[in-house]
Amino acid sequence: MSRAWKRRLGGVGLSGLLVFLAFAAASCGGGGGGSGSSAEQISGLGTSLDDIQQKARDEGQVNLVIWSGYADPSWAKPFTQQTGCKVNTKDGASSDDMIDLLSTGQYDGVSASGNASVRLMSRGDVAPINTDYIPNYADVQAGIKNQSYNSLDGKPYGVPHGRGPNLLMFRTDAVPKDTNSWAVIWDKSAPYNGKLSVYDDSIFIADAAVYLKATRPDLKIDNPYELDDKQFSAAVDLLKKQAPQVSDYWPGDVAKQVQAFTNKDAVVGTTWPYQVNLLEQAKVPVKAVKPKEGTTGWSDTWMIDAKAQHPNCMYLWMNYIISPEAQAKVAESFGEAPVNPKACALTTDKQFCAKFHAQDESWWKDVYYWTTPTADCGDDRGDVCKTQEDWKSAWTDIRG
Amino acid sequence: MASVAYTDPPPRPRLGRRVSAFFHRHPRVRLAALLALPIAWLVGVYIGSLAVLLVASFWQTDPFTSEVVHTFTLDNFRTLWERDVYRNVAWRTIRMAAMVTVADAVLAFPIAYYMARVASPRTRGILIVAVVMPLWASYLVKAYAWRTMLAHEGALNWALAPLGLAGPGLTETGLWLVFTYLWLPFMILPVYAGLERIPNSLLEASADLGARSLHTFFRVILPLAFPAVVAGSIFTFSLTLGDYIAPGLITSEQFIGTVIYSIRGQALPLAAAYTFVPIAIMILYLFVARKLGAFENL
Repeated sequence: MSRAWKRRLGGVGLSGLLVFLAFAAASCGGGGGGSGSSAEQISGLGTSLDDIQQKARDEGQVNLVIWSGYADPSWAKPFTQQTGCKVNTKDGASSDDMIDLLSTGQYDGVSASGNASVRLMSRGDVAPINTDYIPNYADVQAGIKNQSYNSLDGKPYGVPHGRGPNLLMFRTDAVPKDTNSWAVIWDKSAPYNGKLSVYDDSIFIADAAVYLKATRPDLKIDNPYELDDKQFSAAVDLLKKQAPQVSDYWPGDVAKQVQAFTNKDAVVGTTWPYQVNLLEQAKVPVKAVKPKEGTTGWSDTWMIDAKAQHPNCMYLWMNYIISPEAQAKVAESFGEAPVNPKACALTTDKQFCAKFHAQDESWWKDVYYWTTPTADCGDDRGDVCKTQEDWKSAWTDIRG
Repeated sequence: MASVAYTDPPPRPRLGRRVSAFFHRHPRVRLAALLALPIAWLVGVYIGSLAVLLVASFWQTDPFTSEVVHTFTLDNFRTLWERDVYRNVAWRTIRMAAMVTVADAVLAFPIAYYMARVASPRTRGILIVAVVMPLWASYLVKAYAWRTMLAHEGALNWALAPLGLAGPGLTETGLWLVFTYLWLPFMILPVYAGLERIPNSLLEASADLGARSLHTFFRVILPLAFPAVVAGSIFTFSLTLGDYIAPGLITSEQFIGTVIYSIRGQALPLAAAYTFVPIAIMILYLFVARKLGAFENL
């Protein structure tokens, strides 16, 4: 490189730096979008049921952020035929991922779990719904309406999708068939060293807390999402002890876990009923149980983006997904309990609702639905509990 | 003799000609027109996005909603410095990048040497195609294929079972194999180019002066080809440093890329700050590579 060239390049470097600083200043100034309040009425939404159906035909599509498998063609296709709205989907790997995706503004709605929905409502990213335009809402099981994870200030923010437990799954050729305790992935995991399969998200700390609640009464854990310092560090220690034995952290990537169990890279771990269905269909010898200690679970909600570009299609989707026909398919495909009891008459397996305890509230008593951990412990301990941020940061530590 | 008056003006030159004449008279305008688009791309999109990233690393996140709060703080960099996990992950990633680079250099050199100095032109052509061919296949397919091969009941264990051996499985060693495979062409091509440029006369001179072939190799060929190896190592090292898909697929260990990917939703500013670790490492690496003369071999 000649000296003259170097000097010229130096000039480029200087002007580059100037542009760089200009950019920096510009990006500092922008943003700061309003949070909290959200428009009562989404712009572009029809003013009657007929109007919504009319306008939906013009929109022609709806863009959804979903949990893997939540918009299966078997119920998305009939929806498109009925309404003219094509269903485009994007899988979210975790609740954080879903919040991130929704904030791009490209989507009309999301199937949010409790640890996403609470944050989405308080950020104002999603809008409350007008149930007048969702006739099927009246049929939804009362126990799932107006919960902390799907309503704010008494206003419903979306319709429930279904609820399910996180199950203990194992290969029956490697783990005793009568296994009924989470101990196989915690205290008694030694025989399965290097064969554990664990959900890769900070919310899994709650699973450790559920186990400690049953086995360490001295910690006095009540709600696995409201953990104070001592309880939290006990859970984190348990997870750190487990980490070297995990072969497969599956980050919401269903295919990855299915492959690990098929190839015996994992023989025991935590799973969703969906993967159990997939593995059983592929004739892999697996069994899944809700262990005696109880478990974590989810109750998911379809929410509409406050600035949805296809609000009419989204409203029709929310109405459709809680219809008895769609609920029957959703429940059987994913292995969830339907939220519309009328679906129980339409499932191919007539015993389905009984098997999945759809209306048996006592069965769900020790299923702790995912929610957002906050500083407020929700009891007389006050604001000493670990927040979502602490959970996330601890999870990075646990993974090492 | 009457003079002939030309009433018609000379025909106007065509547009293309006029444009080219204009640029000929104004060399600065010519240069600007030529470079406007690439410079807009380089400065606006390329450097601009890096600038946004740097700025984002000084912001905070709301602990409850995990929204980005636009308030200046150095906390992200402090966290990266103070918390062991980020340092451990960075070291693990650098170690992996170094091991992959060494393995690729060792594998690539004999292949490149054969291609450049031994093979007939026909064989050479076939070999070049063979080396470049894997680059035409999707990276994701190759990584997934390796996951299947390394699995407990995969092809590798099946092939090794008769010998009483087992493959590395889905571990760090397995990942090392995958990376070494993925980036090998990026090492072979620069080394091949470097070896091909060594003039035969130098080797003949070495022989004339009485050096045996091994001696020639270590005293003439290797020193001349070394900058080419460094040039190739820039690719293998940087590609390993930034990758997050293969580590996520093959192992349960965390690397810089996978950590950034997993914290970006919850703590975007921290993730932005962490990206400056590989950037700083690469700047340092390029600086050393330049000293070793690698840039003449790219």
